[in-house]
Amino acid sequence: MNLSQLVFIILSAVALIGAVGVVTNRNLFRAALFLVLSFVGVAGFYILLEAEILAMVQLLVYVGAIAILIIFAIMLSRQLMSPEYKARNEQWLWGLVAAVALFAVLAYILLKVTWPTSESTVPPDAIIRLGLSLISPKGFVLPFEVASVLLLVALVGAVIIAREK
Amino acid sequence: MGFWHFILNFWTELGNWAGGVMTGWGLPPWAVNLIADIVGVLILVVFGIMAVLIFTPMERKVIARMQDRPGPNRVWPYGLLQALADAIKMLTKEDVIPRYADRALHMLAPILVVIPALLVYAVLPWGPKLIGQDLNVGVLYIVAVGAIHVLAVVIAAWGSNNKYALLSAYRTVNQLLAYEVPMVLCILAVVLFAKTMSTQGIVEAQTIPYFVVMPIAGLIFLICALAETNRSPADLLEADSEMVAGYMIEYAGMKFAMFFIAEYVNMFAAAIVISTLFLGGYKFFGLEKVAPVFAPMIVFAKAVFVIFCMLWFRGTWPRIRFDQLIGFAWKFLVPLSLVNLMLAALVIKIPVTDPKWAPWIQGGVMLLGSLVVLAVTALILNRAARKAKDAPALKQIVTVER
Repeated sequence: MNLSQLVFIILSAVALIGAVGVVTNRNLFRAALFLVLSFVGVAGFYILLEAEILAMVQLLVYVGAIAILIIFAIMLSRQLMSPEYKARNEQWLWGLVAAVALFAVLAYILLKVTWPTSESTVPPDAIIRLGLSLISPKGFVLPFEVASVLLLVALVGAVIIAREK
Repeated sequence: MGFWHFILNFWTELGNWAGGVMTGWGLPPWAVNLIADIVGVLILVVFGIMAVLIFTPMERKVIARMQDRPGPNRVWPYGLLQALADAIKMLTKEDVIPRYADRALHMLAPILVVIPALLVYAVLPWGPKLIGQDLNVGVLYIVAVGAIHVLAVVIAAWGSNNKYALLSAYRTVNQLLAYEVPMVLCILAVVLFAKTMSTQGIVEAQTIPYFVVMPIAGLIFLICALAETNRSPADLLEADSEMVAGYMIEYAGMKFAMFFIAEYVNMFAAAIVISTLFLGGYKFFGLEKVAPVFAPMIVFAKAVFVIFCMLWFRGTWPRIRFDQLIGFAWKFLVPLSLVNLMLAALVIKIPVTDPKWAPWIQGGVMLLGSLVVLAVTALILNRAARKAKDAPALKQIVTVER
C-alpha cells in the first residue's frame, strides 16, 4: 500500500462518516455539519486526483454556499429543530424503495464497468486547458453558455421574488 | 561575491545551508524536505499569531492618537506590552460554557475560526520563491478557505444557544456573503491582467502595481476586505447597542481570545493579500532583484501601510447602518465591479506588437477607462443624492422602515 492509497482510505472514511452522520443524526443542525464534513472529504479526493481547481470550487460552492444555505434554511424554519418532530414519516416505504433502487443501479454500474486507468500525469497547464475547452466552439462552449443563462434567469427570478410589490 | 551574495540572498542561502547541514547528518532527502516543510509551516503559523501581538498595540496606539488621547501607557514601554498582559489575563480566566449550549459545537467554533485564517498564509508570497506553497489556483484558494470562516461563525452562534449571538451570526453571514461577490469580481479582473491565479505569478506580472492600473478594483477590494474582516465601518456585529457583543458573546477566556486572534490574523492576511494583488507584493523599484533579503520586509511594510489605512478608516468614519451596508454591496459595488471586469476583459484584448510595451499600453488604457468610469459613477451618485435630498424627509424614513 502506498501513500496515496492510505490518503484515499482516510478521505473515504471522512466522507463516509460525514454521510452516515447526515442520515442518522437527530439534530438537524449537526446533520448539516456532517454534510459539510462529507463535502470536505470529497474536496480531498479532488486534491488527491491533482484537480486543485475542482477542489477549490467544491469548497467554495458546496461548503461556502450550499451548506450555509441549508443551515440557514434549518435555522429559519420553525419547529424543524424541535424534538417532537419525528425523523420518519408515513412515506418511509417509498423512500426505502427509491434508496434500494438507486443503490442497485450504482452497485450494478460499479461491478459491470471496467474502469479505464491512465499512466499519464496531469499536465502543469491543466487549468488553462480547462478554460480554453470551456470557451472553444469545439469544446463545451454551448453547455457553458446555457449554464450562464440559467444562472442569469435564477438571478432575475430572485430579484423579482424579493422585490416589494 | 561570496559574502555579499550570501547577505543579499540571505533567505534562500539560509535554506540551502540548513538543508546542507541536515544532509551532512546523514538524513535522506525526503526527511530533509519533511523537516524543512514542518519548519516552514511553523514559521508561517507562529508569525500569523504573532501578528496579534504586533497589531493590537499598533491599533490601540494609532486610534488613541487620532482621538487625541494617550491610549494604553501602563505596561512598559509606552504600553506596548499591553497585548502580553491581556494574553496572560485571558489565560487565567474561567472557562464558562452555558448550561444549554451545544457543548461539542461550542468547543469546535473557536478552533474552526482560527484554522482558515492561518491556512491563507500558505499561499502568500514573501519574496521570489519565498512562499509556503505556490499553488496554481492560489487566489481561488484564498477565497475558498474564507468559506470555512463563514461556517465557524454560524457554529459559534448556534453552539452558544443565545439569541443575540444567532442574530449577530445572521448579520455577519449576510455581510460576508454579500461582500464576497464584488471581492471575487475584482480578483477576476486582476487574474485577467496577470493571466495567472498563482499569487507569486500575480506579483511577477505587476510591472506597474495594479492599484495604479485599476484603481476601481483596488478600492472595491479594500472596502470588501474591511467588510470581510469585520473592521469598522463595517463592524456591525460588534454594534453594542444592537448586538451586545456579536456571535462570540457567550465565549470567555481563551476561547474568546481565539476569536480575537482570528480577527487580527485575518486582518493581517487581508493586508498582505491587498499588497500582493494591488501594491506589487515584494516588488519595490527593482530592490527585490538586487537584494532579495529585503523582500519580506517590503511585503511587511506594505501590509503595515494597508493596516494603518484600515485603522485610519476606523478612527475617522462613522459606522454604517446595516441595510445601507448590504445595499451598498449589492446595488453599488457589484455593478461597479462588473463594469470594471468588462473593461479589463476588453483592455487585455488590445493588440500590442511589442510585448515589452504591453503592460504600459494596456495599463494606461485601463487607468483612463477606470477614471472615466469613476467620473460617470460620481455623476450618477450626485444626481441620486440630489433626488434624495429633494424628496420629502418623511417618505425617506418610511421607505427605510419597510
